[in-house]
Amino acid sequence: MKRIDARGLSCPQPVVLTQKELKEEFNVLDVIVDNDVSKENILRLVKKNRMTAELREEGDDIVIIIEK
Amino acid sequence: MLNFFASRTGIIVVGAVIGILAPLLQYMGNPPNMGICVACMERDIAGAIGLHRADVVQYIRPEIIGFVLGSFFISLIAREQKPRGGSSPMIRFSLGIFAMIGALVFLGCPWRALLRLAGGDGNAILGLAGLSAGIIIGVLFLKGGYSLGRSYSQKPASAWVFPVFMAGLFLLLLFRVQFFEGGPVFFSQKGPGSMHAPIFISISAGLIVGALAQRSRFCTMGAIRDVVLIRDFHLISGVGAFLAAAFAVNMILGQFHPGFENQPIAHTDHVWNFLGMTLAGLAFVLAGGCPGRQLFLAGEGDMDAGIFAIGMIVGAGLAHNFAIASSPKGVAAFGPAAVIMGLVFCLVVGFTMRETMSA
Repeated sequence: MKRIDARGLSCPQPVVLTQKELKEEFNVLDVIVDNDVSKENILRLVKKNRMTAELREEGDDIVIIIEK
Repeated sequence: MLNFFASRTGIIVVGAVIGILAPLLQYMGNPPNMGICVACMERDIAGAIGLHRADVVQYIRPEIIGFVLGSFFISLIAREQKPRGGSSPMIRFSLGIFAMIGALVFLGCPWRALLRLAGGDGNAILGLAGLSAGIIIGVLFLKGGYSLGRSYSQKPASAWVFPVFMAGLFLLLLFRVQFFEGGPVFFSQKGPGSMHAPIFISISAGLIVGALAQRSRFCTMGAIRDVVLIRDFHLISGVGAFLAAAFAVNMILGQFHPGFENQPIAHTDHVWNFLGMTLAGLAFVLAGGCPGRQLFLAGEGDMDAGIFAIGMIVGAGLAHNFAIASSPKGVAAFGPAAVIMGLVFCLVVGFTMRETMSA
C-alpha cells in the first residue's frame, strides 16, 4: 500500500504527485491532505481516471484511499 | 460539508457572475476594459500610498480589498480559514514583483486580458497567447519536480495581518486621509486612477467576488495550467463562463469596440504584450495561482499567497519608478529589460527549486 503525504502542499502539487502514482501499478494508494481544495482536486482526478476513492479522517487531515 | 460552488455547475455560475459584475463596474465608472484588474488595481493602491508617483494611477481600489475580505469572511464561515505559511517566502515575494512587472508591460493581469478581449481589444489575444506560453513553460517545471516546499500551520493571529492591512487601506480611502499636503494618500485627478465606480459599489462587488471565488477556487492561471498539465477542464469552464458573460454584457452596454489600434489603456507592441504576459504566466505557475487567487488565498490565511500579493504591490511601485510599466504609447525604457530579467529569474527558480518527492 503506497502512501503520499501531500499535507502542506499547495495546488497543483498534490495532484501532480498523485497523477504520477496513478500511472504505476498499485492495489491501494493513500493520499493524505490537510485541506478541502486538495481533496476536491484529487477526487476529480480519481473520477477522471475512472477509479474509486474513499475518504477517512485522521485528526485534522483527510486520507483519500484510491483503488483502481 | 458539500460545496456547491466547487462543482462544475458552481464554478460556471461563479464565472458568469464575475463576468457580469466586471463590465458593470466599468459601466459605473471603472476604467475602460478594466472593470476588474488585479495587477492594475494593486498598482493603483501602490500609487495611492506613495510607493510610486505616477499621478494618473493612484487610487485605493476597494475591489482588491473586497477580494481579500470577502474571502476572509466566507472562509471563516465555511471553516476553511487556515493560517499557514513558510513555503519559500523570499522566492514568492520576488515572483510577485516579476509577475507584476510582466503584467504592467502588457497592461493587465489575466482577468483584465480576458476583459479586454471581451471588450474587443485584439491586443489581448497576444497577451493571452503569451500567458499560455508562460504557463506551458511553468508546467514543464512542475512535471520536472519543481516545488517551493510545503507550508506549515501558523498561529491564528498571523492570518489576520493581511486582512487587517486591507481593512486599514479601506479606512484610508473612506476618510481620504492626508499625511502631507497633496498626499499620500494620493487620489488621481486625471487618468485611469481618477476613474472609479462609487466606493460602495466597488467594495460590494469585491466582497461578492471574493466570497464566490474562494468557494469555487476560481483561478485564471490554473484554468489554462490544468488543461495542459492534466487535461482537466474544470477551472477553464469557469473562465469560459466569465468571458462569455463579460462579452454579452459589453454588447448590451455598448462597451464592445473591436480593433487593435487606440484601444483603451492598451498598446500594440505585439512582442512585448506577448512576452510580458509570458513572464506573468510563468511567475503565476511557479507561485501557484493567478493574482486574484493569491488574494483569495491570502484572505483564507495563506501567508505565502499574502507575501506574493505584497510582492506585486511593491513590484508595481518599482515598475513605475524605474520606467518599466508600459503606457498606451507603448513599452517604457526599461520594460523589455525588466521582462528579460524576470524570465531569467523565473527560469532559475524553476530549475533550482526541486524537491525529491517522497511517498
